[in-house]
Amino acid sequence: MSGVMVDIRSVHKSFGLFQALRGVDLQVRTGEVTVILGPSGSGKSTLLRTINHLDKVTSGFITIDGELMGYRRAGDRLHELKEREILKQRTSVGFVFQSFNLFPHLTALENVVEAPVSAQRRPRAEAVETAKDLLCRVGLEEKADAYPRQLSGGQQQRVAIARALALRPKVLLFDEPTSALDPELVGEVLDVIKNLARTGTTMIVVTHELGFAREVADTIAFMDGGLILEQGPPAEVLDHPRHERTRAFLSKVL
Amino acid sequence: MTSDLRPAETAAETEFDAASLKIVPARHPLRWFATAVVLVLVAMAGHALITNKAWDWPTFGAFLFQKSVLSAVALTVELTLFGVVAGFVLGTVLALMRVSRSPLLRAVSWTYTWVFRSVPLILQLLFWYNLAILYNQLSFGVPFGPSFFAVDTMSLIPPFFAAGLGLALHQAAYAGEIVRAGFLSVDAGQREAAAALGIPTHRQIRKIVLPQAMRSIIPTAANEIIGMVKGTSVVYIMALPELFYQVQVIYTRNGRVIPLLLVATAWYLALTTVLSVAQYYVERRYSRGALRTLAPTPLQRARRALRQVT
Repeated sequence: MSGVMVDIRSVHKSFGLFQALRGVDLQVRTGEVTVILGPSGSGKSTLLRTINHLDKVTSGFITIDGELMGYRRAGDRLHELKEREILKQRTSVGFVFQSFNLFPHLTALENVVEAPVSAQRRPRAEAVETAKDLLCRVGLEEKADAYPRQLSGGQQQRVAIARALALRPKVLLFDEPTSALDPELVGEVLDVIKNLARTGTTMIVVTHELGFAREVADTIAFMDGGLILEQGPPAEVLDHPRHERTRAFLSKVL
Repeated sequence: MTSDLRPAETAAETEFDAASLKIVPARHPLRWFATAVVLVLVAMAGHALITNKAWDWPTFGAFLFQKSVLSAVALTVELTLFGVVAGFVLGTVLALMRVSRSPLLRAVSWTYTWVFRSVPLILQLLFWYNLAILYNQLSFGVPFGPSFFAVDTMSLIPPFFAAGLGLALHQAAYAGEIVRAGFLSVDAGQREAAAALGIPTHRQIRKIVLPQAMRSIIPTAANEIIGMVKGTSVVYIMALPELFYQVQVIYTRNGRVIPLLLVATAWYLALTTVLSVAQYYVERRYSRGALRTLAPTPLQRARRALRQVT
């Protein structure tokens, strides 16, 4: 369980003249949870989106379980993969969005079944069984036939987590999964993520929930200005931050 | 604003009467007056339609289901179907080209829309009808190279196809914009979520984007389809016996202009009615998930009312 699952090497990302990422290095070990903290605009979400190639890196590279994401290496060149190959790679990365992005015209169950059937070509009956199990796991077995608009924000995000899990991904990415939720709904979503952490799912979570980070994270990385300023176990980063900016951020959030 | 209710009194009264107070809806005398006026006008119109002999209802009755009229209606329906189906298929292609990342495809799509929206339909139809003058042979082969076989344009494009093609190509320019508007109405997060799940591109469009786009496509598309039913009357210039042409043929023969125009009116009304009902149900189908609960259809409501009576 000690191999590196996600390996981010010297990743830069620019949008025009704006440098969102300015050389990020991060290793996430198999079965571990990494929480990324940082002020808004620090590049957290961009980093997450480069991992599954929703945003293309400007330079640097990312591997998942040893496989280069979005590119094929030939000598000292990285050739970008075709859309179809990138889509295939993405099935090994689960992504949970801040705004859920459930498909509103499909029921909760259909939302979870869609990708395993169309992207992984699994038999529908089997995918439906898996989907029911997953909805059960996030506590929504009785909401299988509900449409997203008939669900609360917290329930929608739990369906979105089940949908991401349905592909049996090697790693799960959470982009501020509770930021769009009413305060009383945050707990139910965090509980689901905590359960996943306990079962040894490799995860990278961008969040502002410090309590959650302290409880679940194996590693906390603090980002600002497109760089990881410091990283380490929660006790270290949260209680004895070395960097001035980390201290300033924590004092504001706490 | 003044009020008779003093706070102390209000509190006291509320405890007593809150449940027994009766709510009286506001009266709308003007609305009643307007309704009365409209009723009189409707009665006058009805009276005029029935009593004025010039409408010539017996002739209307005689020709409404006459064989040549029925086959003209069939042709109108065929032209509409051809124009709408081909038009929207091509329109969807144009919309996809327009949102593509290739600047050339975007430019071609834009130019097509520009040209075909600019030129009047009647002019386009005449162009297609006279295509044989421009190119009397169509040949299939290597572009700019040898030809494998050739066909006479006249035999390849009979009047029906010239008309159908003209309607479809014209419709495509509008349909493209309608479909594109539909695509734009779908949140970008939907495409992104589908991509993040690794769903194949064609399926992202067909299963995720299009069904959601349909909600904003259908009302405008229905307008276009109904427009097309009536638009087919333009092909009378190609001497195709569709509804409008056919009633003209009949009334130039027997001189009964008004009743035959009424025959055409009745059929256009009937066709549009069928389409409007179809639109209602198609819209309902695509609003699944968009509303928390679907409103019952008129049929369901009627059945429910009947059950309450019995």
